[in-house]
Amino acid sequence: MDKKIALSMRGITKRFGKVIANHRVDLDVYEGEVLAILGENGCGKTTLMNMIAGIYFPDEGKIYKDGEEVVIRSPKDAFELKIGMIHQHFKLVDLFTAAENIVLGVEENGRYNLKDVNSRVSEIAQKYGFHIDPQKKIYDMSVSEKQTVEIIKVLYRGADILILDEPTAVLTPQEIEKLFRVLRRMREDGKSIIIITHKLHEVLSVSDRVAILRKGEHIATVNTCDATESSLTEMMVGQKVSLNIERNRPWDPVPRLEVKHINCRDAEGVQVLKDISFTVNAGEILGIAGIAGSGQKELLEAIAGLQHLTSGEIIFNNPKKDKPVTFFHKSMRRVKELAAQDAFHDQMGNPISFQGMSRGQIRRQVSEGAVLFREDEVIDLRHKTPLQIRELGVRLSFVPEDRLGMGLVGSMGITDNMMLRSYRKGHAGFVDRKKPKALAEEIIKELEVSTPGVNTPVRRLSGGNVQKVLVGREIAFAPKVFMAAYPVRGLDINSSYTIYRLLNRQKESGVAVIFVGEDLDVLLALCDRILVINSGEVTGIVDARTVTKEEVGLLMTKTNASEKEEA
Amino acid sequence: MSEIKKNTVREPLFHLAKRSSIHPAAAWGIRLAAVVIGFILCGAAAFAMIEKLQQNPGKIVDFYESFIKGINTSNKSFLENRKLWAFFKETAILLCISLAVTPAFKMRFWNTGAEGQTLMGVLGAIGVAFYLKDSVPGWALLLLMLVGALVCGAVWAVIPALFKAKWNTNETLFTLMMNYVATFLVSYFLVIWVPSGSSSLGKLDIQKLPVIPVSKTSSINDSFLITLIVLILTGLLFVYLKYSKQGYEISVVGESVRTAQYSGINVKKVIIRTMLVSGLLCGVAGYLIGAGLDQSVTTESVGGQGFTAIMVSWLAKFNPLVMILTSALITVLGAGAEQITKTFNVRGALPDVFVGIILFCIIGSEFFINYQIIFRKKAVDGEKEAVK
Amino acid sequence: MNIWLNFLIDSLAFGVTFMYGSTGEIITEKAGHLNLGIPGIMCMGGAGGCLVLNMIGASGLPGFLIVILGILGAVLMAMLCGAIYTFMTVTLRANQNVTGLALTTFGVGLMKVIMSKLDYAVYLVGPKALYRWPFAGQTNALQYLGILFFLGIAIAIVASIVLFRTKKGLHLRAVGENPGTADAAGVNVTQYKYAATIIGSGIAGLGGFYYIIDYMASQEAYLSLEAFGWLSIALVIFALWRPHMTILGSLVFGFLFSCSSFIANIEGINVTMAAKPLMKMLPYAVTILVLIISSVRNKRENQPPMSLGLPYFREER
Repeated sequence: MDKKIALSMRGITKRFGKVIANHRVDLDVYEGEVLAILGENGCGKTTLMNMIAGIYFPDEGKIYKDGEEVVIRSPKDAFELKIGMIHQHFKLVDLFTAAENIVLGVEENGRYNLKDVNSRVSEIAQKYGFHIDPQKKIYDMSVSEKQTVEIIKVLYRGADILILDEPTAVLTPQEIEKLFRVLRRMREDGKSIIIITHKLHEVLSVSDRVAILRKGEHIATVNTCDATESSLTEMMVGQKVSLNIERNRPWDPVPRLEVKHINCRDAEGVQVLKDISFTVNAGEILGIAGIAGSGQKELLEAIAGLQHLTSGEIIFNNPKKDKPVTFFHKSMRRVKELAAQDAFHDQMGNPISFQGMSRGQIRRQVSEGAVLFREDEVIDLRHKTPLQIRELGVRLSFVPEDRLGMGLVGSMGITDNMMLRSYRKGHAGFVDRKKPKALAEEIIKELEVSTPGVNTPVRRLSGGNVQKVLVGREIAFAPKVFMAAYPVRGLDINSSYTIYRLLNRQKESGVAVIFVGEDLDVLLALCDRILVINSGEVTGIVDARTVTKEEVGLLMTKTNASEKEEA
Repeated sequence: MSEIKKNTVREPLFHLAKRSSIHPAAAWGIRLAAVVIGFILCGAAAFAMIEKLQQNPGKIVDFYESFIKGINTSNKSFLENRKLWAFFKETAILLCISLAVTPAFKMRFWNTGAEGQTLMGVLGAIGVAFYLKDSVPGWALLLLMLVGALVCGAVWAVIPALFKAKWNTNETLFTLMMNYVATFLVSYFLVIWVPSGSSSLGKLDIQKLPVIPVSKTSSINDSFLITLIVLILTGLLFVYLKYSKQGYEISVVGESVRTAQYSGINVKKVIIRTMLVSGLLCGVAGYLIGAGLDQSVTTESVGGQGFTAIMVSWLAKFNPLVMILTSALITVLGAGAEQITKTFNVRGALPDVFVGIILFCIIGSEFFINYQIIFRKKAVDGEKEAVK
Repeated sequence: MNIWLNFLIDSLAFGVTFMYGSTGEIITEKAGHLNLGIPGIMCMGGAGGCLVLNMIGASGLPGFLIVILGILGAVLMAMLCGAIYTFMTVTLRANQNVTGLALTTFGVGLMKVIMSKLDYAVYLVGPKALYRWPFAGQTNALQYLGILFFLGIAIAIVASIVLFRTKKGLHLRAVGENPGTADAAGVNVTQYKYAATIIGSGIAGLGGFYYIIDYMASQEAYLSLEAFGWLSIALVIFALWRPHMTILGSLVFGFLFSCSSFIANIEGINVTMAAKPLMKMLPYAVTILVLIISSVRNKRENQPPMSLGLPYFREER
């Protein structure tokens, strides 16, 4: 290699508590190349790069820039060494204009003059082929515009090493192509570009070399021209991908949840769900595939009653026919109302109206199981709050993407987190901690959660254990519909398989399971059908047993492309 | 690799990390040490401020003794010790206001308006007494005064909560401003009630709170009831926060609004309801001040205790039972400093200075409970952690 | 002089007390710190200045030197208090509200202790005239238009220019809006927080000094100072976090706060005693109104700094 080494890392180790994020990583970056850092979620890619960018400080190891040992204690040190990082979550001040964000933190001589800044920004943009309005405020910008600001920000400082953390996750294919064109121009300009990704085709199309990380360790660095998708995958996961997930045929698939033409806007008024329709059957796993941020989160939240729909219906078919009536989440008044509508019958098929019966008599009859439903219940979940949905007797479980920020309360123990679902039970004003505690202990035992105790704040547990607690609680709710968003994100292989097993068990017991995933291999191996979503639209619903990865990948980018061509 | 130049190396000496956990005993040990250091610093401050002490350093013993003398001068039995019971009563009032701010704080609603809410409680109680004292029997008046206090305290607390729930209006600043509106509302009523222009209402001739005869000294009997009421409230609030469904909802909302929404909690309702509880408790405190102690109202009726209460509650980590200790600590400091002004014949606001010093020490000590300092080792391997 | 003009000048002169306080607090809040210690800091600023004057007031030093040393005393003492607050909230990451309240308790108390030991005849009677230069002899409101009056207005304007027209100001606003972003951009968050809070405290301290030495210029002035510290915090909201707006705001606040006694002096207008407290309530009521309106309109530019009140710790990201 005749190119000059721009940056090298030797023996970098970083720990977070007991977790080792990076272990003795050695890495070189050359001038005028695109280096891809490849690895699965949670393999330490971002942590490693954060240490070059001055966000974290390595516990051990050394960094050399142009052959000299350097210590990068802060982002400022990184800038001085001409290293710039574009983070996955943009670091921009919403209230400022593009230009103000770009000059933020730059030490320059001479008077501060925004007009000069504006023209210099336009200059850089022209050089590399960006489009940007320097005076636009960030809170008015689209995601791709914000990313452009981030990149120009780094270039403005004259960075010659650019680190991009999963830059394509939020972009459309056209925007990705544009970005790659810009990156290639920068490479020709002699800059070193490090791109973090876990998408193989991107690695192959844009990079010169690939460094593969696995579980915090540097496995190998290879020239892209010598690599293939399968060779890279092998290094990335360590062994050949043979997902051994069992999958049975759905048993008695009756429609359980019907989503009809729903539309939804976010807080800024952007339409995030466009005319989405699909049906989930009891006893099947419906996978949802799509680029991150295509509306998966909003779709699940809409079903759970956390998003306001502008139009459409969500129908829940509650299987009740010939099943005994229970008082689960139902008041006596509601039972009587239903009875008046001829909703119940006895074992002989005669209607029961509870006429002239005392409360006690009704209660006794019901708890003896003598009262059966006449037909299935059809409930519209539209415009219902989560509490109303639950009070209607709809057993809907939801494992949200943001586990500690939404699904659980980080500072509470497992017992108290169990109560999140059930604390309203009982008529007195006081919570009952006995049953939740028993449930917590059961989950710890059944799912092998490693925790010091039931009252240890769940924030202190590892990602896998947190997820087990959350999934365990949602399953204990005895759901009819089970929704999980990225339930294995950040989990190790063993925990992932535990989750797959749990989902399968739900499916076999007749639950309608919705699984939002990012790993196509898992989606293809686990699900019965896959719904592909792109930019808030359904682009296809396919049979997971026969479809190929390429076909799904194509659907994930389909509508966007055609729409742009029209425009 | 090429030659390595070592001259540019700058290693940070240490960095900070959040503790994953600390033994409760260690935490309380650190806090206790902070209080001790605080008292030593108070001594140093006194040495700087009090000339008598400079002339005769031996008097420092008297100085520290004053903190005990401040609450207990006589050798009388527990039930007959007037000063001790005055101390209990003062602690109880402060504790009551501290209880009031606690539910809101647990919900991360920064209610800085306890001063105004309590003052409105006093105003409500005295307002009712002023207009009805001649027309209803004494015991009924006492009850109506309670209603007046509760309503006024609650209204003052719920107004900012409504705006917080509806428009996310900054509650810290809103409640803070409400304090002054309350103050001037009191002066307004004083002008109306006292035509002479002196703006001083004087003690109203109304029935006092019922006396529980536990002692021969009447002032102790007064204190006994107030202390008892507040202790009961403390217990109730502890149970409410820890074991009730509403208390559970408060914790969830305080920790994460999104989790609360996810689990079906109506966040707006919880905000308003919790501030209602806060306001009602402030109303009780105002009632105890107005009907129990002063039988009157001035703009200084609460005397800054609404702000002190915020610190009391925070020092106790929002645990009502621990607040008994923290409110007592603050009151001891105040009473002791009061005693010092007598012993050493100094003017000025010494109590505030001492309270400030001790608070700084305890607030600072929280850092060592939450964080640890990790010194970086020069050697590459090994991970010895120097924990302070 | 026209009675109305006289009153307007008087209002503005009165308002300069909280103009200092709120300019200082705005700079602090722009760094993300809600400093409820401002009343204590203003008191300590006043005490610091008077302490110095008490030492040099009768020393026969040249007048300008006495003026400068007094101002330095006020600023340094207030900065010291601000440094305590900053150390606790930035370095020790203590709760801002609690620390601020503790500082107010401490500062107001210590100020009273200090002031009770000083000799009124030395620190006030002589230096007063120096500070009121060039209008020292006047009997109308012009007498307040001294050095500290103009300094206050100048500081408010300069603070606005620095905040909104310079790189340093841009950095500071970024720290208050989103410290994580500022940090990633290479702005030294801790340094800015320290600088802003300490400088802001120094400015606020001058407000207390001005109130005691110039506007009130009486032996008991210090006893009523604390309330205007709280009014300063109200003025921050009224001015929508823009220092130059505090000039207008302090005129309005000063007017509202003292108009009850002013109107009573005008012939033909009959003000009942009861109206006085209601008029004094107005600055706070108006502030609440501004707070509500700005939150209902929800315009991004008029909101409190985004990270106001939140501690920042880099490794937590």
